[in-house]
Amino acid sequence: MADPPSSKAEIMRKHAHMIMTAVPWARTLGFEMVSIDEARAVGKVAWREDLVGDPASGVLAGGVITGLLDNLCGVAVGAALKEFRSLATLDLRIDYMRPATRGETVWAEAECYHVTRSIAFCRATAFHGEDRARIVAAATGTFALNNPSRWAGGGFAKAVAADKAET
Amino acid sequence: MSRADELQAFLARIPFAATLGLRCEVHGNEMTTTLPFSEHLIGNPALPALHGGAIGAFLEITAVAQAYLSGPSAGLPKPIDLTIDYLRAGRAEDLFARAVIRKQGTRMTSVRAEAWQTDRAKPVAALRAQFLMEAPEAPAAD
Repeated sequence: MADPPSSKAEIMRKHAHMIMTAVPWARTLGFEMVSIDEARAVGKVAWREDLVGDPASGVLAGGVITGLLDNLCGVAVGAALKEFRSLATLDLRIDYMRPATRGETVWAEAECYHVTRSIAFCRATAFHGEDRARIVAAATGTFALNNPSRWAGGGFAKAVAADKAET
Repeated sequence: MSRADELQAFLARIPFAATLGLRCEVHGNEMTTTLPFSEHLIGNPALPALHGGAIGAFLEITAVAQAYLSGPSAGLPKPIDLTIDYLRAGRAEDLFARAVIRKQGTRMTSVRAEAWQTDRAKPVAALRAQFLMEAPEAPAAD
């Protein structure tokens, strides 16, 4: 008997370990997926010396936060769609509320709150503490949805396909 | 030490600038940054295309550097907010950027930056950011 059809978010959850490792820049910065639900993604990045933007204070570079929020928004969009499509960030706005402190992991959650035929709208926050007690940054982003094509889904779709071929 | 030398010294001490692989050329108060292509900057390996986060990080450091070069800030300017427009896919090639100060205040500085690859007239991404400037130490009263 064929497996029951699984939801897109379910497929992504099953392959969650590859979502970040299949993307070189995410792997370089050490981004980790924490959870994936429909239209929602939680991830984190551990503080590392080589990600510091201000050597005097040990505060993480803004670019690390930007990258994490951008990446998680992309995952949230993926989890909101019914089929794999390739995404391109159209724009991203980040408000920095508090510096990402030395030694502390940055958590982030992204939500894709609206999807049209060609555009997905997201908001995301980054914070210190799993309890989200201290907000670090907030972002809004829009993503262009491209038709499934030779590069649909980018690295993740390729990795899933390779994983399926192996098992 | 000139402001340009100070900037180079500053950038050399930023660990994340080295992680990106960013280089910077300064002529007077004009500056061009380069992000030499490297596999670790890829976001979509199937295309391949540079990661939006890597392009954004590159533009942000470029804007920080220009704000530092042009202003009296004692430390590194701190980002308050920024917007990045992604205009074209970043190909697997070197990326260049320049930033322009739109308004230099004593506390806040508004900066725009653009990144391009082979053709400056075809930008890959554009950034607009506000920075909080660290007030320079007041001259000793005598």
